[in-house]
Order: sequence, then C-alpha cells, then structure tokens
Amino acid sequence: MLHIKCPHCGLRSQNEFSYGGDATVKRPELNKEVSDQDWDNFVYLRKSPRGKHLELWQHISGCRQWFKVERDTLTHEIFRTLKANEEI
Amino acid sequence: MSLLILKIYMQKYSAFNLIKNALTGHKDWEVAWKNPTPKTEYDVIIIGGGGHGLATAYYLAKEHNITNVAIIEKGWIGGGNVGRNTTIVRSNYMHDENGLFSEFGMDLWRSMSQELNFNVMFSPRGIINLAHSDAQMNAFSRRGNSMKLNGIDAVLLNREEVKKLIPMADFSENVRFPIFGGLMQPSAGTARHDGVAWGYARQADSMGVDIIQHCEVTGFDVDNGKIKGIQTSKGNIKAKKIGLCVAGSTNILAEMLNMRIPIETHLLQACVSEPIKPILDHVVTFGAGHFYVSQSDKGEMVMGGDLDGYNSYAQRGNLPTLQHVLTEGIAMLPFLSKLKMLRTWGGIMDMSMDGSPIIDKTHIEGLYLNCGWCYGGFKATPASGWTFAHTIAQDRPHKLNAGYSLNRFSTGHLLDEKGLGTKTWIS
Repeated sequence: MLHIKCPHCGLRSQNEFSYGGDATVKRPELNKEVSDQDWDNFVYLRKSPRGKHLELWQHISGCRQWFKVERDTLTHEIFRTLKANEEI
Repeated sequence: MSLLILKIYMQKYSAFNLIKNALTGHKDWEVAWKNPTPKTEYDVIIIGGGGHGLATAYYLAKEHNITNVAIIEKGWIGGGNVGRNTTIVRSNYMHDENGLFSEFGMDLWRSMSQELNFNVMFSPRGIINLAHSDAQMNAFSRRGNSMKLNGIDAVLLNREEVKKLIPMADFSENVRFPIFGGLMQPSAGTARHDGVAWGYARQADSMGVDIIQHCEVTGFDVDNGKIKGIQTSKGNIKAKKIGLCVAGSTNILAEMLNMRIPIETHLLQACVSEPIKPILDHVVTFGAGHFYVSQSDKGEMVMGGDLDGYNSYAQRGNLPTLQHVLTEGIAMLPFLSKLKMLRTWGGIMDMSMDGSPIIDKTHIEGLYLNCGWCYGGFKATPASGWTFAHTIAQDRPHKLNAGYSLNRFSTGHLLDEKGLGTKTWIS
C-alpha cells in the first residue's frame, strides 16, 4: 500500500488516488505548427525510467485535485509531492 | 559422424533413456544446457534469456542455420516473465495482424513438445470470455466472426451453454454483472511456462547457441549508425546483429541507445490458491473487469487481472490491486472466497501505447527490437521467436510481424485490439 501525501489534504492511502502518468510531458503549444515528431513525443513516447519518476496523480476520492508526485519506480519510495502548478 | 549421431541419441529424452538412466541411479544425464564463457564475437547476440529470447535463438539456428549466437541474460533463464505468467495460450484476436500472428503461433504450440523433445504440457482446454450485456454479446459475435475469417475457431455461447461448462459460476438473477453468454476458443488453453523456456534453451544449446547467464549489458557500441557490439559485466562482445528481447527492461536499454520507445513499464500480479480437486476445466475470463482464472494440473486456481496502475520496475505487487482483482473473481466464481491464497507474485510488463507488440528493425543498422507484449507475452513465445529470428536473419520483417512495426505510432497504423486508445496502462 502506497501512502501519498496530497498537497491539499495530507497523507492518505493509495486507494483514494488514481494515476495519471509522466508529469514531465508537455503538450505542444496551441495555435502553433506542430511537427509529427513533436506530436509523437507528446502522445506516445515516454522515458519510463527505473528510479526517480515525476508523475501525476489525482485525489479522486478526496479533493479531486491533480498534483505531482516524485516517486522511485523500483522501490516505490515517495520523495515529495507538489501542487500541479509547482515545479521541482 | 557416428559419434555425433550417438551424442544426439544420448541426449534425447525418451522412455528408453529414462529406464537406462534409472538403472545407473540417474547419475549420467547430460546437462540440459552448458554454462559457457562468452566468446569475443558472435554473428548474432540476443539480449534477454526469457521465453522470447530463447525461442528466437532456437529458430535462428533451426530455420536460418545461424548457430554462432549468444543469449545474454542478466539473471537466470526463465526467471522473468516466462516464469511469472498465468500460462494462457490463445489466439482469440479480432484484428488480422494479431489473429494471423497468434494462430501461426498456435500451430507451433500444438507441435512444441514433439519438436523440442520436452513436455511443455500444452493443454488445449479452451478459453471462455464471459459477456455481461447484450452489447458485449454483439461485440463478441463480431470478434468471433473475425476470428473465423482468419481460420481461428470461435464459438458464441448463450447463457445456458456457459452454465453447462462452468456451473459453479454465479448464475443468480440479482447479481451486478449477470452472465449473458460468452465467446469460446476451444483450441486455446495453457502450457507449462517453465518447460517452454527450458525446452527452447536445451535445443538452442544443443545446436551451438551460447546461453550466458548472470551477465548484465552495461552499454552498446554503435559506430556510424551501425551496431558493433555490447559492453557487459563479463567484458565486451562484438556482433553485427543484436536483438533486444527484454520486455519490461526495454526502456533501460533504450536509454543507453538514446532511443525513446512507445512503451511504459508496469507491474502485473498473479496468484495461486491452495490446490483443490478438479473443478474448472477451462480458462475463464470475467467480462466486466479484468480477471482470468484456470486450474493448474496441481489443482491450484491460477489467477490474474489488472496492472498495479503506476510505472513500476519492482517485480512485486501491492495488495490493493490484488484485492480489487480477486473481488472480480469472487463475483464470477463465488467459491473462490473459501480458498486460501498460496502465493502471489509480480512481473514487469512492457506496456505499448496501443496494446500490441513491436517486432521490427530500428534506425540503428543491425539492431532489432522485440517488445511491447503487454498482458500477452507468454502465448506469443513461439510466434515471436519465429518472426523475430526471421526479421534478424533476413534483415526485414516477415509478413506475419509486418504490422508490429515501430513507426506505426507516428504513421497512425495502430493495432488497438481493445479499442482502448493510447496508454494501455490506464485500462
């Protein structure tokens, strides 16, 4: 069982959250020409590292806010959590 | 020559040899595969000594006469997903690419024990996918018809027919997901997963393949867009052709090659109950969630379901997902709630972004990629090895794996069997 500290509600069990994937992926800017490669990178290509991973979670059974979690994908250790608009 | 024939004869597993060795206390069996030190150069190196890697090396030797081959395995052969899956073998796919590829594999499964001279305990007991709504019955009818068009056996079962096959399922009227019927592939089944790895390993070894265990790849030598060799914990090894068959570890090697691959590594759990008397004759899947079950020859109920749901290289699971999966199992087969759990374990899956695998060349000359097997790697073992061996030997994909291209994501030719859209790990 993961214990995740929601930046808004505090420490809760994994059951209250849903996962949203790699938080470092940036959508290509709107109203600008997007190359096929950039779109490919955004939609399909991921680093999927073994080790530290910055990822999105949603507190779906709580405040329903999206936020960021820095977690180790091998040990599942959680280093810190950040609000969605905060940068590391 | 006579010595060679004698040697092959001696190695064969047979009733005669069993009796002969019994008389000498089973002290004279030859090792099933050797433990060689790596040479400085090979024609082909396969990275990953799992089912797919071992099968690839076997078919390189058998179909293409390429025997100067090394398999490089970080742990021990068969210690990864080929030893961790739920042993299901099937080809019940709707899309042509998946159906034809998997049905080709079914033919290889049917003859595998004889071909490898190793009992892989292939048991074509049939798989039943349960449907829980009219819409799902319509979808299964469509899938079944698509399967038949590709020469795959499919039978649409109504509620009464399912009840005859699995009377112990919950057929009461007031359940949340009533059983409307199901789609059955009678020729699907199970096989002894470890036996598959060992059988391929033994035959590949006997044809000259070097199986090098406990050897970690630490880097690649690439020069001018061409692969030259690998760096390993046992030294540098040269090869003009290298195939990656490392499932959940693909991204780790891809990073060494500065490649980004459309897969994420996720954790999938499985579990077995205590052994009980025979009750379930088929592989059965729950249609309103993700749960599948079969009964092993030892009597254990073998069960699996959803991913843990977040990127993971841990190879061990988390209880909330197991609880969720088994809740589905109990909804389908209520008697499961009475059983004690014997073991649970996890493996790391190479989840591709459309749910289908990749068997292709790469932009680096001589480097070939085999990954993205998601939930379905085990059943693909022979077909994956056969087509990957072809792709490496001929330097071009076979028509059976032409649809499993690496660039299909950018060209839009996705193979989205389940209609899930991108990011299969969300399901």
